Amino acid sequence: MSVRVVNDTAVLEAQAALQLDFRGLLRFLYLSFLYCQMDVATVPSLEVLPSPQNHIELNVVSSDQIEQLHRRFKQLSGDQPTIRKENFNNVPDLELNPIRSKIVRAFFDNRNLRKGPSGLADEINFEDFLTIMSYFRPIDTTLGEEQVELSRKEKLKFLFHMYDSDSDGRITLEEYRNVVEELLSGNPHIEKESARSIADGAMMEAASVCVGQMEPDQVYEGITFEDFLKIWQGIDIETKMHIRFLNMETIALCH
Amino acid sequence: MWHRALGPGWKPLLALALALTSLQGARAFEEEPSPDGSFQVVTFKWHHVQDPYIIALWILVASLAKIVFHLSHKVTSVVPESALLIVLGLVLGGIVWAADHIASFTLTPTLFFFYLLPPIVLDAGYFMPNRLFFGNLGTILLYAVIGTIWNAATTGLSLYGVFLSGLMGELKIGLLDFLLFGSLIAAVDPVAVLAVFEEVHVNEVLFIIVFGESLLNDAVTVVLYNVFESFVTLGGDKVTGVDCVKGIVSFFVVSLGGTLVGVIFAFLLSLVTRFTKHVRIIEPGFVFVISYLSYLTSEMLSLSAILAITFCGICCQKYVKANISEQSATTVRYTMKMLASGAETIIFMFLGISAVDPLIWTWNTAFVLLTLVFISVYRAIGVVLQTWILNRYRMVQLETIDQVVMSYGGLRGAVAYALVVLLDEKKVKEKNLFVSTTLIVVFFTVIFQGLTIKPLVQWLKVKRSEQREPKLNEKLHGRAFDHILSAIEDISGQIGHNYLRDKWSNFDRKFLSKVLMRRSAQKSRDRILNVFHELNLKDAISYVAEGERRGSLAFIRSPSTDNMVNVDFSTPRPSTVEASVSYLLRENVSTVCLDMQSLEQRRRSIRDTEDMVTHHTLQQYLYKPRQEYKHLYSRHELTPNEDEKQDKEIFHRTMRKRLESFKSAKLGINQNKKAAKLYKRERAQKRRNSSIPNGKLPMENLAHNFVIKEKDLELSEPEEVTNYEETSGGIEFLANVTKDVTSESGAGIDNPVFSPDEDLDPSILSRVPPWLSPGETVVPSQRARVQIPNSPSNFRRLTPFRLSNKSVDSFLLADGPEEQLQPASPESTHM
Repeated sequence: MSVRVVNDTAVLEAQAALQLDFRGLLRFLYLSFLYCQMDVATVPSLEVLPSPQNHIELNVVSSDQIEQLHRRFKQLSGDQPTIRKENFNNVPDLELNPIRSKIVRAFFDNRNLRKGPSGLADEINFEDFLTIMSYFRPIDTTLGEEQVELSRKEKLKFLFHMYDSDSDGRITLEEYRNVVEELLSGNPHIEKESARSIADGAMMEAASVCVGQMEPDQVYEGITFEDFLKIWQGIDIETKMHIRFLNMETIALCH
Repeated sequence: MWHRALGPGWKPLLALALALTSLQGARAFEEEPSPDGSFQVVTFKWHHVQDPYIIALWILVASLAKIVFHLSHKVTSVVPESALLIVLGLVLGGIVWAADHIASFTLTPTLFFFYLLPPIVLDAGYFMPNRLFFGNLGTILLYAVIGTIWNAATTGLSLYGVFLSGLMGELKIGLLDFLLFGSLIAAVDPVAVLAVFEEVHVNEVLFIIVFGESLLNDAVTVVLYNVFESFVTLGGDKVTGVDCVKGIVSFFVVSLGGTLVGVIFAFLLSLVTRFTKHVRIIEPGFVFVISYLSYLTSEMLSLSAILAITFCGICCQKYVKANISEQSATTVRYTMKMLASGAETIIFMFLGISAVDPLIWTWNTAFVLLTLVFISVYRAIGVVLQTWILNRYRMVQLETIDQVVMSYGGLRGAVAYALVVLLDEKKVKEKNLFVSTTLIVVFFTVIFQGLTIKPLVQWLKVKRSEQREPKLNEKLHGRAFDHILSAIEDISGQIGHNYLRDKWSNFDRKFLSKVLMRRSAQKSRDRILNVFHELNLKDAISYVAEGERRGSLAFIRSPSTDNMVNVDFSTPRPSTVEASVSYLLRENVSTVCLDMQSLEQRRRSIRDTEDMVTHHTLQQYLYKPRQEYKHLYSRHELTPNEDEKQDKEIFHRTMRKRLESFKSAKLGINQNKKAAKLYKRERAQKRRNSSIPNGKLPMENLAHNFVIKEKDLELSEPEEVTNYEETSGGIEFLANVTKDVTSESGAGIDNPVFSPDEDLDPSILSRVPPWLSPGETVVPSQRARVQIPNSPSNFRRLTPFRLSNKSVDSFLLADGPEEQLQPASPESTHM
């Protein structure tokens, strides 16, 4: 196997990675392995690579998993270097998902991609794709308390961003209702109104958890991320936001 | 130590046991015919009732024993109940033996397998946390199949090895006998595991793995047992390779067949319960009878009966719970728990009693001790090996501590004992040795390990299960996570648990539920809705508790008089009267308002506003006890009484309250300044009235009244919706609430536990006082709710919102049939 793609930026990236810790080195190895596997066309443009502090997040999966994800990426994008929103329409199983649009949106959310405080990207490359996937990495409990807490936070942030569609740092009632309506839309028997009132109830619950007793003229504007963490306090998400990337052969679901 | 603690209750038990034995002696004089042959006023026919009488007495003894044990919390917190019961059995057995010198009561395999085991396993299956179970199914299966085979093989072979070395002395057994013994002693026992682990409260994953293993290893045990028994019968030298292959094939047939039988019967059961609308009273019976039939059927086909009834329970639970009425669901729940716990009690007690029989005891120190050592050691080795393999695939790793608990939790129990008793003494020469060893093993694991596992779990700091209140947010987020995960798996092209679960739930929703669930049930089955209802119900309970605590008068008067000021109640609207007439016509005649007489007397008295307010409030807040309405005896009908309506009303009120306070807080607007003022005054008053802050209410006393109804109610709301839909379309109640609260005043969010005094809607008071309206026999509270949409003040508030969709007229029209329909069809809420 020979490295077919060697350009200046790649070298720079390699040097940058080498100066980092061991984790960075591993990542560098992954990336270079990746580059070996890729066609010229699909090499991600290196300008958009995440900043070094995100390296932990990129420690997604093992090399063959990356390889597999890359195959999938190509499948989705139709051998293009980037994926656009429309590409996700090709996944037939996704159609049944009630919060499909929210999830797809999350893939293009700049906050999740660590590219900015708000806004949506038009298209994402493989690197971005991996960044999103890395949110679903199982928490490595050997890393120590702090790391575990950090990655837990990251996962919750992903969910939070999905709820907070206008990126103002708050889940307002409207946003919450919206999500709940979509969540319950899978059940044709639940009316919109009851979904709304459930959202209202949940919001009240959130308010009482986060603020406690409120003064009559006090107004609860929405769930901030801190509140969000409070709600999740004590709830185990170990099994909830993880995907074990099985080494199963990708099934061709795209047409 | 605990002997002393048991002191007070001990004597009656002994007396009862003695009575049991002396009753045996009674046979001596009962049969003598009357000397003169004339008619006897009283005859003593002990023989006539002997068998059922003794059975009933034993059950009574066991149950009384349970009461006695729980008199001392100290004892039960240290010693598991199963251990206590075994010891009790030993004592009772000793007494019976001393009196009679025959071991007349033993745990026979027939009794155990046909009557005691099925309820326990059914209970386990029916209340199985499905998601947890299927999420860990791979792990459970590995432990159940490979683990059990490993245990059986290693224990049997090691014992044989020791036997060859001559340590055990002369025994008339061969390799196959040892393997047979190994196979019956290998299986972890569901009854023992449940009994001990329920008291230990380890975390749910650990629990489900050990418990699931104990349930699913039955197939392996049955097959191994049968295979080796037939091999022993054949004789060691005649066993061929073909037989071994047959054994392996039979494993698959037995396990899959048993499962299949269970699934088929679950399907039948779900289907049957779909059509039991008119025979509510025998509805719970179907659950038990059909599940039991699944057990017997697979026993008949010599498949794994435990698997059959387990899977019957697991598969049917969703549909049955949705189909049967709420009362039936409660009945099923309680009956099942009662049967299971009763059976468990009897099993352990009889295990103790069975041990008191010198005929079965054959001692062989080496054999007994080595069996104990081997089963413990090989269990531990097996667990470690399998966990090592599993951890490479599991998302949540099983840690060393978990493995220790799993190894230590490998309790043996009555299944092993029943199997060993089943052995044929002619074929298995050392049956008695096997029996006594099994008994020792069972006693050792249940008593010793059962005693020590709790301290062990504490010492190792095993993650305990946490009991939390269901949170709406948690459920919503959990649901969101499920969808995200399956979406990510779709996108990344993986097939994992989430993918399969997603596919299954789609299939279930599209096909299975359509076939197996009532149409109304399909609508309301949603976890999130359920949690929502449960939370609301809790609020309602604390609401009533608050009212009670604060004493009726302060609670009743303060808010209503405030509200009264603006309300003109002297002119009842025609529609109100009409509605109540039609309502009266449809109302069940037997429901009589009990304070009729007092109402009658007051009819002509001066209409005092205070009185009316009080009356209203009483009707609304002081709900009637359940029994009052059951005037008629009927075997087949449970008259739908006021409870439901009351509870529903509480629910509605709560909803309104929650939303109201929330909305006002959320929107932070005061469209109605006057109302805001009123609200503040009320709040001030409330603060004066209550010293205890809202929400921290002592609700135990009421909670137990509601325990039964709690589950009953979770569906009531959506079902009501069903009725509405046909005529007016849409969820009226929710719609109304959401709409009208926006305009209602109040600033600031209240604690979700609503405050009762703000709740009296002016519209309720605008009607004619209940004792003047033509419908005295109607409970006003019900009517009040029905009429809310039409009462003037409400109407005014609703209109602007309605206008956006329909004209006011159409709204009125839509409301008409709705309110007539509802009281007319109390039964339809069950659909």
